[in-house]
Amino acid sequence: MKINRRKFLLSSAIVGGGVLIAYSATRPSKHRQANDELVEGTERYVTSYLRIDPNNEVTVYVPHSEMGQGIHTSLSMMAADELDADWELVNIEQAPAIDLFANSDMITGFAGEFGVPDFLMGLVAVSATTIAQIGNLQTTGGSASIRYTGEAAMRTSGAAAREMLIECAARHWGVPATECTTALSHVHHNASGRSFAYGDLANDAALLEPPENPVLKTPDQFTLMGKPMSRNDIPFKVDGSAQYGLDYHTEDMLYAAIKLAPVFGTKVVSVDGREALVRRGVKRVIELEDSVAVVADSYWRAKEALKLVKVEFEPSENDNVSSADIFAGFDASLADNNGSKDFEQGDAEASFEAADDVIEGNYRVPYLAHAPMEPMNCTVHIQGDKADLWTSTQDPLSMRGRVASIAGLSEEDVTYHFSYLGGGFGRRLPFNWNVIDHATLIAKEFDVPVKTVLSREDDMQQDYYRPAVGSNFKAAFDASGNVLAWHNRYTGPVQTPGAAHIPYAIENQSIRTVDGDTHVPIAAWRSVDHSQQTFFTESFVDEVAHRSGKNPYQFRMDLLQAHPRHRKVLEVAAEAAGYGRNLPEGHALGIAVAESFGSIAAEIAEVSIGADNKPIVHKVTCAIDCGWTVNPDAAAAQVESGIIFGLTASMYGEITIENGRVAQNNFPDYEMVRLATSPDIEVHFVESGEKLGGLGEPATPPIAAAVSNAIYILTGQRIRELPIKNHDFSEGTPIAQV
Amino acid sequence: MATFKINGIEQNLDVEPDMPLLWAIRDELGMTGTKFGCGIASCGACTVHVNGSAVRSCVTPVSAIEGQEITTIEGLASVAAGANPSAPDLSAVQQAWIDHQVPQCGYCQSGMIMAVSSFLATNPNPTDAEIDAGITNVCRCGSYTRVRKAIRSLAIA
Repeated sequence: MKINRRKFLLSSAIVGGGVLIAYSATRPSKHRQANDELVEGTERYVTSYLRIDPNNEVTVYVPHSEMGQGIHTSLSMMAADELDADWELVNIEQAPAIDLFANSDMITGFAGEFGVPDFLMGLVAVSATTIAQIGNLQTTGGSASIRYTGEAAMRTSGAAAREMLIECAARHWGVPATECTTALSHVHHNASGRSFAYGDLANDAALLEPPENPVLKTPDQFTLMGKPMSRNDIPFKVDGSAQYGLDYHTEDMLYAAIKLAPVFGTKVVSVDGREALVRRGVKRVIELEDSVAVVADSYWRAKEALKLVKVEFEPSENDNVSSADIFAGFDASLADNNGSKDFEQGDAEASFEAADDVIEGNYRVPYLAHAPMEPMNCTVHIQGDKADLWTSTQDPLSMRGRVASIAGLSEEDVTYHFSYLGGGFGRRLPFNWNVIDHATLIAKEFDVPVKTVLSREDDMQQDYYRPAVGSNFKAAFDASGNVLAWHNRYTGPVQTPGAAHIPYAIENQSIRTVDGDTHVPIAAWRSVDHSQQTFFTESFVDEVAHRSGKNPYQFRMDLLQAHPRHRKVLEVAAEAAGYGRNLPEGHALGIAVAESFGSIAAEIAEVSIGADNKPIVHKVTCAIDCGWTVNPDAAAAQVESGIIFGLTASMYGEITIENGRVAQNNFPDYEMVRLATSPDIEVHFVESGEKLGGLGEPATPPIAAAVSNAIYILTGQRIRELPIKNHDFSEGTPIAQV
Repeated sequence: MATFKINGIEQNLDVEPDMPLLWAIRDELGMTGTKFGCGIASCGACTVHVNGSAVRSCVTPVSAIEGQEITTIEGLASVAAGANPSAPDLSAVQQAWIDHQVPQCGYCQSGMIMAVSSFLATNPNPTDAEIDAGITNVCRCGSYTRVRKAIRSLAIA
């Protein structure tokens, strides 16, 4: 894309300084350090997100990846609404992967929450990293696009542009700007009946300095935000024309299939590719440090030939490691080590000594793969000192940088070409480099585009996984059954600070974390630590409620007096789900609530045990407070999606390690919820009017506990390990409900 | 040589008889609406029609479809429209997918739409149980509630 910068309305997005400086003393110092650097380095990128053409069309450049959230549409609505643009004249484009569109607004948004985004902490940890480098990203993740980029950049950009257009019209007419109004891409002077189309003012407006503090609309002034708008990407996704990374195609391109070291971190010792080389279409067998690739004139030919390559990998100290060993290591750490402080309050130790009764619950969850529907792939075309890059990514700028550094080029000489993502979920974030690196190294050997593809099996075995975690709880009670203390020891690493904290008014708490590092590579997985921690805490809270002799809903409500938003979503979900009603024979309702990424979600799962003794999830009712919604139908779709993603993990998700490597291969042994196992879902937005919360992730965490808590009522069996499919419910008996 | 018709156009491809139809469509013909998801007929992202019936093209060798009529997502509307020049650009299933805002990432939806189109052609008013048994495609984004609503809207219509 050729960008004519003079056509842009340049408007610096301004965020209030107060947003930036709010660090909890409980955060590790490196986060505080990064925040200090961030705040000092207030170097702002020019956030030029809007273009207005003489024909009065507005183009919104969206600096976020479209991976199913409908973000292109929602962010454009935010900019266009503040601009008072005619939606019929709005075009939506993905912002190109150049520094001009780096996403510093998202970073500063996170700075107010808990420092640098969790999925970028690796970058900070290895630092030497400067603020400019952290800011020089275009990341989509952390449920951040609308609440940070949308609020701090897109709305501000639209509002600033609107004020500049008014200023130009007012000068032209010689009237005060306050007498001018805007609507549907026109400035009006009602007193004289005169109007200008934005397109007639854009050239003059672009010469103005943007206002420092453009005034944003109040909700009653919204014309687009809050209304369900059809997503602009959907027509391309129903006629087959949407282009994903894997879809880049030229007549002369080549394809690489690759076998990576099955035990993470090991290297190639020897390769014999002679049998592969004689196959039809095969061009080269390429030995890399940790893998071997076959390059051919079709992916299938490359993949078939790869089966004939003999490759030996070096032995490793992890060659005999299994999931059982990993969990035994976790158990030993948890037993031997008091860990480092996450959260302490009151005197938990004394409470346990004085307690009338103590219950314990030891929980664990396995590794999980992301398994986006589009297998991982990357096409690179290197021509001299220039390169072109096609890959589905959650961060085009950092992919550009990575390819440049591996190819030995400058970033400006690498051009990233936009595509939709066939799912992201964290798999396509920076630091999950494995297909990007290999594709670049392979492409260096050719002068045509080379598409490197991981098969489904490759991706399942070479992911960067959701960490396996163990979490050991104790709760202390007095003689009346009141809970006195909460004790939790869990294995790290902590990717999302605060995920193990509970909102409940339990006076004495001790929450500490021990080292859980293994040789298995890990990364952010939709909702990051919240998916594991909410399963743990909301299940054990349920155990505590039952031990207290209280109804699990009422128990939560009683201990959430200081959290009215939590209470409200619980109330709305309970009302909608008919909590307390007479259920069909053999059905039960399980409940869970959790805050993550600025939103609070309550979920109630209606579950029964089927004739085959397997749980059936009939319906999930979710009430969620994300402040308010920009595009309500797309927002509901994100909640539905988050629930199904979490339900798949709860019911089936399990990556196991055998002999140091991943045992699972493909969907049959890494099963997904499908239509037949998909519950009805009812979503209720609680419009609190609080600041915007995220939506891509917050619906995922509560579902595992909601389903498990229902199963407990049905069977008396407490699910303390996921996935649920590994449990036998043939002999359970229902508990007496309060 | 593999010979078949795809979206009404005859193709002669010099490929191995065991090349899966999916890769003939994508890499040889450069038609990218049909997706690679699992390679083992588990997820359904690669679903096309062979003589009107849904087939998972990733495990269908070209030798098995010799001389037959293939329809992909790109040809679905035109095949449905037949010779009618005033027919809409989208089939009824595709339009329902827009009306119900079904796709999220959208990667599985070509296959989902092809599977549903073939399914409804043989069972125009299915029960929920028949939908569950008939549509087994994977959608990692979890668009299932909308898939079901869209199917039901077509069944009632």
